[in-house]
Amino acid sequence: MSLFSKPKYSTVTVKKRDIPQGLWKKCPVSGEIIYVKELEENQNVVPRSGYHFPISAPERIAKLVDPDTWEEFDRGLKSVDALGFVDSKPYSERLEKYEKATGLNDAVACGVGRIHGIEVSLAVMDFRFAGGSMGSVVGEKITRAIERAIERKIPCIVFSASGGARMQEGILSLMQMAKTSAALAHLAEAKLPFISVLTNPTTGGVTASFAVLGDVILAEPGALIGFAGPRVIKETTQQELPEGFQSAEFLLEHGLIDQIVSRLEMRDRLRDILTALHVKRQKQPAEAAR
Amino acid sequence: MDKPTYMLEFEKPIRDLTRQLEALHQLSIENNVDVSREIAAIEEKIEATKQQVYSRLTPWQRVQIARHPKRPYALDYIERIFTGFQEFHGDRCFRDDQSIIGGPAFLHGEAVMVIAQQKGRNTKENIRRNFGMPHPEGYRKAMRLMRMAEKFGLPVITLVDTPGAYPGIGAEERHVAEAIAVNLREMSALKTPIVTTIIGEGGSGGALGIAVADRVLILENAYYSVISPEGCAAILWKDRACAPRAAEAMKIDSANLRKFDIVEEIVPEPFGGAHNDPDTAAKNLGEAITRHLNEIRGLAPEALLTARYERFRRLGVFEEEQAAAAAMPVEETAEAPKGAG
Repeated sequence: MSLFSKPKYSTVTVKKRDIPQGLWKKCPVSGEIIYVKELEENQNVVPRSGYHFPISAPERIAKLVDPDTWEEFDRGLKSVDALGFVDSKPYSERLEKYEKATGLNDAVACGVGRIHGIEVSLAVMDFRFAGGSMGSVVGEKITRAIERAIERKIPCIVFSASGGARMQEGILSLMQMAKTSAALAHLAEAKLPFISVLTNPTTGGVTASFAVLGDVILAEPGALIGFAGPRVIKETTQQELPEGFQSAEFLLEHGLIDQIVSRLEMRDRLRDILTALHVKRQKQPAEAAR
Repeated sequence: MDKPTYMLEFEKPIRDLTRQLEALHQLSIENNVDVSREIAAIEEKIEATKQQVYSRLTPWQRVQIARHPKRPYALDYIERIFTGFQEFHGDRCFRDDQSIIGGPAFLHGEAVMVIAQQKGRNTKENIRRNFGMPHPEGYRKAMRLMRMAEKFGLPVITLVDTPGAYPGIGAEERHVAEAIAVNLREMSALKTPIVTTIIGEGGSGGALGIAVADRVLILENAYYSVISPEGCAAILWKDRACAPRAAEAMKIDSANLRKFDIVEEIVPEPFGGAHNDPDTAAKNLGEAITRHLNEIRGLAPEALLTARYERFRRLGVFEEEQAAAAAMPVEETAEAPKGAG
């Protein structure tokens, strides 16, 4: 299912066989054909239309943090099939498949690095792994990333990309919402900034927990962001959805997020926000006394 | 014995026997023949069938009981367990969501704050209650009342019974995700004891939004799930009719929830479900809530909050490779997750 319907003014029609697999990509907004190499060099953002293709966690981290400052944590955490869950395939088989396809152990990579010299605890979700779904490992790693920020007295930044809670871990997945949100209460108490960046898509249990609890909430252009998915809402309410419903732009207009920021400007914007809220803020009397 | 007017599909064998029994009674009256032996035999068979049906319910059958139209709802329990419940309305922002109700009441003479999800008994009531599916303003009202409880030192008692938060346009526009998420964060740090019970349906984030508690209890036939069995079936099996299999696979029944330490206690229901005897169901629930509340009431606020944080902090099952653990020296509780961990 495509997340964005093709605009009606698109006139370029390209037959599938004209595009060699993996070399070229078609922009869903402008219809232009882009050389994949060029796209990758531009962080998967189409240069002219500004359309944001998904980006993997490792690629995002590489472009975001200062060179040679990234230290990854908790890579050894792996999901297990606690429920013995089988649908058309056993969950354990699915996990293996995702691992092979992505080279990741689960749907989030966490660590500490510097952004323009500012040390941050960073968690970046990767939609390619089980649709970025949150099970025990994602919940635990995000919680640890928050706790690590508290220990080191540094800000926490989470990039979300998720279809929601991971059904194959049942109720344990739901509990990760409570766990991550509770950790954020501690971060807030420590008066350390939490910046949540919503990327395409961020829905379900991730949206209804840490992703919307940012002191500052940013979103990438065009990202689909919501609690219930558009199809579910349409089926339940039997109503036509407003244009642009649940897009980053829609959320900005409704006052639900602070800013829409292009991936190409994200690194600089994070520096600017952290400089104001963390680096240059006035030390409160109690802090200054320490 | 009063006849249940509504029976579930899996109760069909009982219904068939009950009909046979009625026919026999009718026969004996009309023809004045003695069929007492036959009647006794059928009655015995009914009992045996009931034992057979109700003593090993499948997760899906329990879901059906949890959704039974005669099942006691929050207000049925509130009026039996508490005295002097006064309902307070509204989130002070948008409107009063009638699928979440709340206000102070007395439990054995002591003031508590009761917050509950309420379903309707008929169509008219269900429109008012939105079938127990709250909008964001419901969660914000709940948080307003919880803050009030914290301010005045009232313990919070919540009763969960929802298919889920309402998936609607207005709900998204008013940011239902934020309303739930804020509750999760704030409940984890609320400086007053919280006891939650899943009394019927524990539908996903919509349930969790009032269920971050020191103690979480569940009625025997209630369920608590990350997604509805139908929703899970539609996604993973591409067919909503596979809901029974999804219910089985997700282990959403009370016994499994206890096993995974999601709940502290299973509160027993009268034989065949709470709807067969709401008074006994309420008595069991009242006793359990009182007992758990008494256990945590004396705790200092810091101890209470630490325990509540740890309660949710340790939930999750995963593997951790040793090498990676060694590279990470500063973690507090070295997780030894239950089950597979």
